[in-house]
Amino acid sequence: MADGVLGSLPPAAIELAYLAAAILFIQGLRDMTHPRTAERGNKLSSGGMVLAVLATVLYFEILSPLLLAAALLIGGSIGVWLAVSVETTEMPQLVGLFNGFGGGASAVVAGAELIDTVDPATTATLTADLTVSAAIAGIIGSATLFGSLVAAGKLHGLVGDPPISGTAGQVLQGLFLVGAVVAGAFLVVQTGPLGGEPLSAWLPSYWVLVAGASLFGIILVYPIGGADMPVVIALLNSMSGLAAATTGFVLNNTALIVAGTLVGAAGLILTFIMCESMNRPLLDVLFGSMGGDSG
Amino acid sequence: MSLVTNLTLFVLAAFLGYEIITQIPTNLHTPLMSGANAISGITLLGSVLVAGSGETTLATVLGFLAVVMATINVVGGYLVSHFMLAEFNRGGR
Repeated sequence: MADGVLGSLPPAAIELAYLAAAILFIQGLRDMTHPRTAERGNKLSSGGMVLAVLATVLYFEILSPLLLAAALLIGGSIGVWLAVSVETTEMPQLVGLFNGFGGGASAVVAGAELIDTVDPATTATLTADLTVSAAIAGIIGSATLFGSLVAAGKLHGLVGDPPISGTAGQVLQGLFLVGAVVAGAFLVVQTGPLGGEPLSAWLPSYWVLVAGASLFGIILVYPIGGADMPVVIALLNSMSGLAAATTGFVLNNTALIVAGTLVGAAGLILTFIMCESMNRPLLDVLFGSMGGDSG
Repeated sequence: MSLVTNLTLFVLAAFLGYEIITQIPTNLHTPLMSGANAISGITLLGSVLVAGSGETTLATVLGFLAVVMATINVVGGYLVSHFMLAEFNRGGR
């Protein structure tokens, strides 16, 4: 990655900025677990995000600054508009929706990085490190995006109950997940052990993987009842953190790895705590409603 | 940066994330989830890198899409958490 505006600075500068951002995220999360300090925690955390984004934009070479500014402006406006226009009671589904976008972004970034690496104009080669982490990021990220869309739709009353249920649904879940994993494995071996060239510059096996994982995400969340949705959104939140962390492995970016993993772990524990307060084990929440029990 | 260094960061951050979340009052579950969700928008950094340095048109277009999605996650996520916590503080007193 070429140097940007601050190109004369040593590489330690960007790593130190990411370290400062990580500290703000950690203290922010800590603060958010106590009622008195929660609001401050959210502010610290958002400060960390601004710092990390600013450092990235200033440090690395941005070939198309106008395009980037336009994307930031569009995304920022949509985010602000959604956040201010939604009723308090509708906030859980909005969080679910936002979370899905984060997971989706991770899957898209992993795909874009693969495409850039495959391109003959670049000197980089596809290594197993890169393809394995991109496959994982793609599966988790796409399942998070489409699972979150269904979860938000259910909470909002836009999505009803599935036409298929029970074993049929579970078989379909398994099929799509296996399909995604096989496509991911092919992505890894075609350039590794098989020693071949990727099928084409747009890497069809990666997008087959994305399609399989997306369908898996939809069918996983579809049968789950509305009352259990907050727990599912907490789980999807943990998954979007993991997707960001694996995308960090793809890009060799420490900020993504640290912050993504932090959310992945904290989100998972929060999921278990929320299950506990509902007196239901997680597996019961995820698969209980598919077994045909009405309780 | 080597794969092992990345793995080290991953494992340490996982333990840290686990330790941070201990006892949380039930009414903070949703705001905390929302705040953590905003942090997962960190993938915006990756989106910015891919969109800004994309060597190919396809990657740049995908990067643009990723920046839009991740920015919605970050900006919307922090704002909604802020509103929730403001509400929480009003109701809590």
